[in-house]
Amino acid sequence: MRDVYMVSGGVSKFTKARPDRTFQPMVKEAFDYAMNDVPNLTIDQIDGSVASYFSDHFQRQLMSGIMVHDYLGLCPKESKRVEGGGATGGLCFQTAWAEVASGRQDVCVAFGFETMSHVNTWKGNEFIALASDTNYDYPVGGFYTGYYAMMVVRHMHEFGTTREQLAMVSVKNYQNAFHNPYAQKKMKITVEDVLNAPMVAYPLGMLDICVMSDGAAVCILADEKMAAKLTDKPVKIASVGCGTDAMRMADRPHGDVILLPHESPDDYKGLKYPGVHSFRAGRMGAKLAYERAGITNPLEELDFVELHDAYTSSEIQTYEDLGLCKYGEGGQFIESGKPNIDGICSVNPSGGLLACGHPVGATGLMQAVFAFWQLQGTIGKHFQSDKLQIKDAKRGLIHSHAGTGTYVTVSILEKPF
Amino acid sequence: MKKKETKLPETEEGTVLFNVPLPEDLSQLKKMSPIIIKWPYHTDYIHSYGQDSPFFAGLANKKLLGTKCPKCGYKYATPKFHCMYCGSECDWFELPLEGKIHTWTTCYYGGQEFLKETPFNLILVEFEGVDSLLLVRLVGISQDEIRIGMKVKARFRRNSQFKPTDVYFVPAE
Ligand SMILES: [Zn+2]
Repeated sequence: MRDVYMVSGGVSKFTKARPDRTFQPMVKEAFDYAMNDVPNLTIDQIDGSVASYFSDHFQRQLMSGIMVHDYLGLCPKESKRVEGGGATGGLCFQTAWAEVASGRQDVCVAFGFETMSHVNTWKGNEFIALASDTNYDYPVGGFYTGYYAMMVVRHMHEFGTTREQLAMVSVKNYQNAFHNPYAQKKMKITVEDVLNAPMVAYPLGMLDICVMSDGAAVCILADEKMAAKLTDKPVKIASVGCGTDAMRMADRPHGDVILLPHESPDDYKGLKYPGVHSFRAGRMGAKLAYERAGITNPLEELDFVELHDAYTSSEIQTYEDLGLCKYGEGGQFIESGKPNIDGICSVNPSGGLLACGHPVGATGLMQAVFAFWQLQGTIGKHFQSDKLQIKDAKRGLIHSHAGTGTYVTVSILEKPF
Repeated sequence: MKKKETKLPETEEGTVLFNVPLPEDLSQLKKMSPIIIKWPYHTDYIHSYGQDSPFFAGLANKKLLGTKCPKCGYKYATPKFHCMYCGSECDWFELPLEGKIHTWTTCYYGGQEFLKETPFNLILVEFEGVDSLLLVRLVGISQDEIRIGMKVKARFRRNSQFKPTDVYFVPAE
């Protein structure tokens, strides 16, 4: 396999609704931004694309992928769509990586979008809940926040995690997003605000949950030779990993923890894993990505992480899956300040999904773009402020997660220059 | 003093519109506001429960049915027709009508279909000697009284709707 580099990226501003544009020109905004950032790249040097969008229900348009591909002027080059719920963006990124790594393409465009404003929020929640077993789970009260709430209630039971600790995640991410011009929601909030927000599904309130958005994101990947021609600041994709788990939470087994190199079986005596309190898919994706990148102590070896915080609880659970702390220590990890913007391993320096928004198909690619800019050291240029630039960031992790932890992708990006 | 409500609720009625004016100067058109129309969508799916059908027939007869792998012995509280661990075809067996709360939540909002039923409680039930769990509603208890480990028992609707909500659980303590 060949080394693969990210050479450019672009994001449309995520917002509640984009009635002024259909999805094709919305993606083109992100695409043009990315193309402008690598002026040496011409359309005829692009070999193909991979499309990322989650729900045909939101679009009410089948084959949306080809409509974007043609709008961007990429016909008759090769293209395909990938789909895997909330992880669609991460899967798209990894598929584009595979296109280049395999030698099939030298330059591949990964584009993603979602237009969730076409239905009201509660209809949107109904659509999303169709990503649960429609024989057994959906009809009982299909509601994703309810599913994640059950998962964190068990996490609280096993490990003593508190609502205050969940709230701290929201406060941190909103604080970061305040300096990110791409963020959908800009608010200064306190732990009290999060705790007092209307309850959605206990223990998750309105400020523990990301919102629905319209938005698009684009990543351009290339092989070493093309990357050198296009930019003096390419970012290397050091490794990719992906894990899975059973769709129905009820089916998650009670076995042993999948260990990372810095853990031992003694750490988890008596812990039934993953149950519904942890995401086995996230741990598997991390294990593969770490092995392939030669990472043995993630907290020490990663400068930042952009992870899928659709819920504050998922961020805490994901600290543990990624091995930033041990299982059960996620609550203490947020209290320690380690994931803060100035902490040892900043988590969601962009503001994450909670504050930036979550237009599903675009989300995983948005994380890649923000991570790319961090490693290039160009946050100041793209955010018009370098407040969120992590000093000397050399290595970052992006993490994309689908419904209740069914598909999780972990990709490691590195600064080679 | 309580803050006065200064925002009318948004509704989805819209209006019937038969024409809009166009400016003389077509270059002005890029400044035009988007036209947004209402586009209803309703479909009656012919949804077959397929191999899962006996579970629903069981509910209509006030029985909870799970499946059991004849080869590796894994017991599924939420039926799986083929075993996830060894691939064998499973057999049906009767689940106990009592179990314990493995985890729970109370939903104050929901998908549109269930919004009118809020607040409602969801629980995952664990049954003695069964490996996997079952998602059901918990009725007759408020949020502050629910506890993990609490004993719960099954109740069935008299008039079956052939939905997994034909069974619901209530506290057994
Ligand atoms: Zn078996």
